[in-house]
Amino acid sequence: MERIPILQMGDFLLVTIQVDMHDQLALTLQDDLSERISRTSARGVLIDISALDMVDSFIGRMIGTISGLSKIMDAQTVLVGMQPAVAITLVELGLTLPGVSTALNVERGMKLLQERVRNQ
Amino acid sequence: MAALQSSTLDALKKNQPQLLVEWTHGLETSGAARNIKEQDLKQQTSDFLQLIVSGLENGNGQNITTPGWEEIRQFLEKLSHSRALLGQDSQQTASFIFSLKGPLFALLQNHYQDSPALLAEQLWEISELLDALGMHVIRTFQKSREAVIKRQQEELLELSTPVVKLWDGVLALPMIGTLDSQRTQVVMESLLQRIVDTGSEIAIIDITGVPTVDTLVAQHLLKTVTAIRLMGADCIISGVRPQIAQTIVHLGLDLQGVVTKANLADALKLALTRLGLTVSKAD
Repeated sequence: MERIPILQMGDFLLVTIQVDMHDQLALTLQDDLSERISRTSARGVLIDISALDMVDSFIGRMIGTISGLSKIMDAQTVLVGMQPAVAITLVELGLTLPGVSTALNVERGMKLLQERVRNQ
Repeated sequence: MAALQSSTLDALKKNQPQLLVEWTHGLETSGAARNIKEQDLKQQTSDFLQLIVSGLENGNGQNITTPGWEEIRQFLEKLSHSRALLGQDSQQTASFIFSLKGPLFALLQNHYQDSPALLAEQLWEISELLDALGMHVIRTFQKSREAVIKRQQEELLELSTPVVKLWDGVLALPMIGTLDSQRTQVVMESLLQRIVDTGSEIAIIDITGVPTVDTLVAQHLLKTVTAIRLMGADCIISGVRPQIAQTIVHLGLDLQGVVTKANLADALKLALTRLGLTVSKAD
C-alpha cells in the first residue's frame, strides 16, 4: 500500500509529501504520524508540502487535523513550503488553518521548531 | 422585394469617379475624414466603391451576411478597426458609409428622372444595402473598441501591482486605487509568487493609495494576509490613514490580529526589528 514516509531526525519527525494527496493517503498519514509520535515521543513535527500543488477541502482540513493532533500529543508542528496556488485555494475555501505554524522552507521551519522546543 | 436594376448598376459604374469626388467632399465637410491621411482616404473610398460594384455585379442580393459580400465585410472590419485605434467615435466611423448616400441618391435621381416609381424602388434598395453596411461598420467598430478597452484594463492591472523589495527578506506592495476581487486576485498571486521566489519572510502591504476601505476591501485584505501567513511569511499592513482607521472602527471590522502601522517607515522599522537588524547613524 502507498504510504508517505515519516523520517526521524533527532527529536523531530519530518514528513515530506511528494505525491498528490488523495483521501486514503491522508488518512493513512494521520494514523501513521500519531502512532510514530507516541512511539518516539517526538518533540516536533515538520510537514513539507512544497511538492503539493493541488488541494481540495478534504486535504486542506486534513492538514489542519494532522497539526492539531500532533499538538495535542505535545509535539510542535510547523507546516512549510506551501505553494501560492495552494495558499490561495485554501483561503478561498475558507480554510485559514488557525493555530498552525508555517514557514517558507524546511531550513526556516527547522529553526522555528528548535526555537519553539527550546522555549517550552 | 425587387432587386437592383442593372441600369442602376451601370449608372453607378459609369459615374464612379464623379461619385468618388462628391463622396470625399462630403466626408471632409462632415468631419469624418479628420485625422486620416488624404491618400488613405482616397484609397479607402475607391476600394469601397470598387467592392460594392463588384458585389452588386455578382448578383449577391441585398443580404450582406451572404458569402458573396465576404470581401466587403472584411474590408469594413479592417476599416472600423483602424478608425477605433485612431480614436474616432462611432458617428465619425459610420458616416464613412452614410455620407455616400447623398451623392449616390443624387446620381440615381438624375438617372431615373422619367420614372419616379422605379426611382423610389431603387432608392429603397440601395438605402437598405448601405444601412446594412453601416450597421456592420458600427458593430465591428464597437467590437474593436471593446478589445482596446479590455487590453488597457489588463495593462492597468499589471501596472498597478508592483512588488518591490525593500530589504533582504522584506517585500513591499504599494496598492494604488480601489481594491476589487479581480485586482486582489492578481495582487495576491504576484505577491505570493515573489515571496516564494525571493524567500522573503516579511511582506508589507501599503494601502496609502487605497481611497476607501469598506467591508469588501477589508475582506480582500484579510484573505491576502491569511494566504501570506499560510505560506510561512508575515504580513504588515501600513499606510492606514486616520479616515480609514475611523471607517474600519465604525464598520466594526475585525482585522484578526493583523499588524497595522500608520506609515511605511514604521512598518519597515518593525520588519527590520523582526529580522534582528538595526539601522544606526554612521559616525
